[in-house]
Amino acid sequence: MTLLITVFAAIASTIVWYACPKRAEMRLGTLVLMFWGASLMWLVDAVFEYAELGAEYFSPAAADMQNDAFLGLCAVALGLVIWLGILLFTDPKGVIKNTLAGRKK
Amino acid sequence: MACFLIPAAEAVVTTIATKALSSHEKKAENAEKNEGEMPAKMPFSAKLKWLDGMLWGGSALLAFEHIWHGEIIPVFPFLTNAADPASAAEMLREMGTAGVGMAALVTSVWGVMVGVSRVIEKRSEKTEADVK
Repeated sequence: MTLLITVFAAIASTIVWYACPKRAEMRLGTLVLMFWGASLMWLVDAVFEYAELGAEYFSPAAADMQNDAFLGLCAVALGLVIWLGILLFTDPKGVIKNTLAGRKK
Repeated sequence: MACFLIPAAEAVVTTIATKALSSHEKKAENAEKNEGEMPAKMPFSAKLKWLDGMLWGGSALLAFEHIWHGEIIPVFPFLTNAADPASAAEMLREMGTAGVGMAALVTSVWGVMVGVSRVIEKRSEKTEADVK
């Protein structure tokens, strides 16, 4: 479930990156790469787990699935928070800079 | 257990390489500008940043997963499995298999991305040449 949720987040962010003309300004590439990187790493994790458990891997207990889904959602939220932090820190539109200087744009 | 440490270590190396390459390319670009030539292709350091992004981002989210499962703790030795030798051996085995696998897969995907970008660049160069 963690892998699946992260893959969906990666696909959604890639579509937004492709469609949004302000992709560089909004640092959408950072978000896309983060989610794809995590998806690939969790894919390797899943392959090793499948090698260990076999077909049982595809029929997890409800409690495990719930925990994994919750983890996946929290991981996506953390990814978004990291991206937001980078965006606000780099401040490409100068919004934070202007706010701190007490100016209105 | 601690598989994310391998991609994180690779991320450190690639980030240093990106910084070094970026400054080298900037110098070369300035020299080309002085000679009146404009760089047409995306610099390799920009492509290397894709790998940095995937490795750092993936490692960060995987580190979070390890915190979630209680495998990373805020006190020494920081990794619960590093506390006793039997668990440490198991952890090292996992780093050598899953960790190396993660780093290899991410690097391979990046290699494919670089290859595809080269094809797209060549195609656009050819289209521009045809238009001229």
